[in-house]
Amino acid sequence: MTGSLQHLGYDEEKLQRASQQLPCREVQAGMLLSLMGQPQQYCYPSVFIYGHGASGKSHVLNVLMKELELPHATVSCVECVSVSLLFEQVLLSFFGCDAASSLPRTPSLSDFVRVYRQQSSQSPAKQTRYIIMEKAELLRDAEANLLPALLRLQELVEDNVTVILLSEIVWDQFRPNTGCFEPLLLHFPDYSKGELQQILSHDAHPSYSAEFYSSYINILLGVFYSVCRDLRELRHLAALNFSKFCEPVTTGKVKETETHKLWKNIEPHLKKAMQTVYLREVSSLQWEQMQQMEETETGAMRGLSAHTHVELPYYSKFLLIAAYLASYNPARTDKRFFLKHHGKIRKTNFLKKNEKTSNHLLGPKPFSLDRMLAIFYSVVDSRVAPTASIFSQISSLVTLQLLAQVSHDDQLDGPKYKCAVSLDFIRAISKTVNFDIVRYLYDFLLQF
Amino acid sequence: MSKRKGKDTHLPIGECITQAQQILRERFCQRKLPDRPEGVEAQHRRLLELLRRTAIHGESNSVLIVGPRGAGKTTLLRCVLRELLEDKDVQKNLLQVHLNGLLQTDDRIALKEITRQLQLENVVGDKGSFAENLAFLLEALKKGDRSSSRPVLFVLDEFDLFAHHKNQTLLYNLFDVSQSAQAPVAVVGLTCRLDVLELLEKRVKSRFSHRQIHLLSSLTFPQYLERVRAQLSLPDHFPDPNFAQEWNADVKTLCEDKSVEEVLQRHFNSSKDFRSLHTLLVRLTGISPLVAVGSTRVIEHPVWNNPFQLPCLCRVSVSKPSIRPADLLDASRLCLADAKANMLHGLSILELCLVIAMKHLHDVYEGEPFNLQMVHNGTPTHLKEEGGGGEKERGFFSCFFCRTRLPRLEFKKFLQRKSNSMYNFEQPVVMKAFEHLQQLELIRPVDGSSAKTQREYQLMRLMLDHSQIMEALQKYPQCPTDVKQWAMSAFA
Repeated sequence: MTGSLQHLGYDEEKLQRASQQLPCREVQAGMLLSLMGQPQQYCYPSVFIYGHGASGKSHVLNVLMKELELPHATVSCVECVSVSLLFEQVLLSFFGCDAASSLPRTPSLSDFVRVYRQQSSQSPAKQTRYIIMEKAELLRDAEANLLPALLRLQELVEDNVTVILLSEIVWDQFRPNTGCFEPLLLHFPDYSKGELQQILSHDAHPSYSAEFYSSYINILLGVFYSVCRDLRELRHLAALNFSKFCEPVTTGKVKETETHKLWKNIEPHLKKAMQTVYLREVSSLQWEQMQQMEETETGAMRGLSAHTHVELPYYSKFLLIAAYLASYNPARTDKRFFLKHHGKIRKTNFLKKNEKTSNHLLGPKPFSLDRMLAIFYSVVDSRVAPTASIFSQISSLVTLQLLAQVSHDDQLDGPKYKCAVSLDFIRAISKTVNFDIVRYLYDFLLQF
Repeated sequence: MSKRKGKDTHLPIGECITQAQQILRERFCQRKLPDRPEGVEAQHRRLLELLRRTAIHGESNSVLIVGPRGAGKTTLLRCVLRELLEDKDVQKNLLQVHLNGLLQTDDRIALKEITRQLQLENVVGDKGSFAENLAFLLEALKKGDRSSSRPVLFVLDEFDLFAHHKNQTLLYNLFDVSQSAQAPVAVVGLTCRLDVLELLEKRVKSRFSHRQIHLLSSLTFPQYLERVRAQLSLPDHFPDPNFAQEWNADVKTLCEDKSVEEVLQRHFNSSKDFRSLHTLLVRLTGISPLVAVGSTRVIEHPVWNNPFQLPCLCRVSVSKPSIRPADLLDASRLCLADAKANMLHGLSILELCLVIAMKHLHDVYEGEPFNLQMVHNGTPTHLKEEGGGGEKERGFFSCFFCRTRLPRLEFKKFLQRKSNSMYNFEQPVVMKAFEHLQQLELIRPVDGSSAKTQREYQLMRLMLDHSQIMEALQKYPQCPTDVKQWAMSAFA
């Protein structure tokens, strides 16, 4: 396959070198090159490149810029919390630090354009200058006129400059309401499975054969491809789990060619990895340590989400239970659940047909403090005085973000809360105080 | 490199291509001024006459040029100015101040820019406050009169943004000067908003002359075709006339091609301004064999693989450099591609399943917002778990389906079909996929208060429509049949 880039305006050797670093991205690089044209020619004022994360947007641009030695400024919009940082970086990489220091302390766009014009009239562009903005979606949160101005920067500064925006979000979500200069859109498609395989197989381990490594990648993709197509993530997972894959080979139990046995060995391990290390429940360091100590079963170590158990005072637990019940039960069922002598309620009437969706689907409902306290007194068996400590416990539950205060209109008079804990959490809590919470939940009542 | 010996010199083909490319790029990217503006002769004459009266006779004027984006407002103004400045007197006399609403975001900055462009900085100095600067500038303008002082031309690009300044001080003062017998000024505003006069304050509006020049395109399709041809043709002064002739003939045949005409008609129907045409043509020069050959092209065209059929220099290019209809089709396809469908193509199968589930929810509940919990329970992934699990949750989920109006039959069928399914992901994995969708802004939270509610209960809206999802599903590489069936079932 002749996978090389070719272009009239550039040195062939450099192009060759660049194309070697861009596996599976020759088409996009070629398209980009043809848009850029020859270095001394004018390029389209702004180019918008979109595609999924880790589809090689920045990489392609970086390689091209570096290998072809084009003047460029790469700016990450995450770093530029204020526009002055952005302007400084651009001027710095085009004209050196003198230009950057000639900006006033809080520069406006007008200042930037003025300084840029001054500088470019002293050293006019012999080649197209490129400003590459990564994570361009953050530009939308900046001043309203920054993005439209950047899009027509070429016209404003009258210099051979092109702004390239990189983003994961489509251009439709960027357009300001009075319109702007439309950039040229360029899509970087996702890597197909074959391409992923090809790229991942590049970083094979030197002490094993290439086929061995690519069969490993094949298994890895078999497990993870349906969930994750992010090259970075996959590469990270491949690096983490390779030592486990080679283990039977190094101990001599299995030969390199026995793919099926290797697969049997690694597959449950990878499935476990999806639930732990892929979700960052277990850090990669912990994961590696776990692989070291063989006797402990992987996953025996508790992940992040297993640490949700919180030690609470006795009454706080009941307060939280009461809040949960108040949040997830309709108020009209309270009588049935919490009153000792509630009289007879007809079942058909009680289970209203029109309540189609359960609260566990819709999320917690807000409730008033009174209702919560009423439920609290009903579920606690002993007599509890409404002391200051009870009320301060409520507000400390809010600070722990186990409860959320809904409306801020009044702090003292009739505050409203929502319960912000999950069912599993509240079950664990109620188990510690021997309270069967499921019996009191309306959503689970229908089966009994 | 080029050595021209006479009129009929043959440049090497690579050189020709470079030259042609240079010319076309200047046209499309740099937006070099055309020799004369097309289709706006009347407006051109009117504006020229107006500005000439200011420049020569010292008449104060104000005018607004209104037109949609890409309609050629700046081009018109620049053409007029170029023509105006051909006059030696005018060139010596006229002062120009160019302001842009994007750059001069408030009156203070605008004022500084005016003093700078009028080269009064050294007079004013750095110390002046805004009020002092304004007073000085007005003084300078007031002192002048029609006969003696030099006329000033103010060009306000993005005029509507100036109307958002506080109290519209700048606009008021500029129009005021143009109304009273002071130094002759012409205020030219360029804007794309048709309702721009409604933005002006009453006192500002009353001082404006209400002269408007509208640039609304009245282009017919044959004219559009002609314009495409003209834009692609090489000029007469091209160094290699033979090449230019051949090229222009090629372009002519290209424009007569039926399929090309169809494509252009589609573009014409969506918009007829210069700029969208240019984006198409830039892509064309990008794709066409004029410039570069990517690897796929080499594979596509067997001729190019055979080095003996090509002159050695043109390994890059082709034996006959011309734009083929296929190139234009390619360019148009790239231009008209749906970005969201492109993004859907790159989703993982789990994320696609989530999108389908959301679509179903959207259909059943007639556009009500949804949260992750609903989506998750609607996906096939959980149905399976529920069938096998048989714990407390089982009751909960099945009771959800009893209460919903979802077509139960469909779900049951799907469940049976999926009995040995491979999709049983944990809730956190699904959550991660859901968050990825949110990150791509394919779904959006209904309200911004994200901190208050738990992540799985946050209400969301789907930002895709029916046809986009269906199209993406058709194009999805190796889409499992059962997923496709599941998606179809509810659409029918």
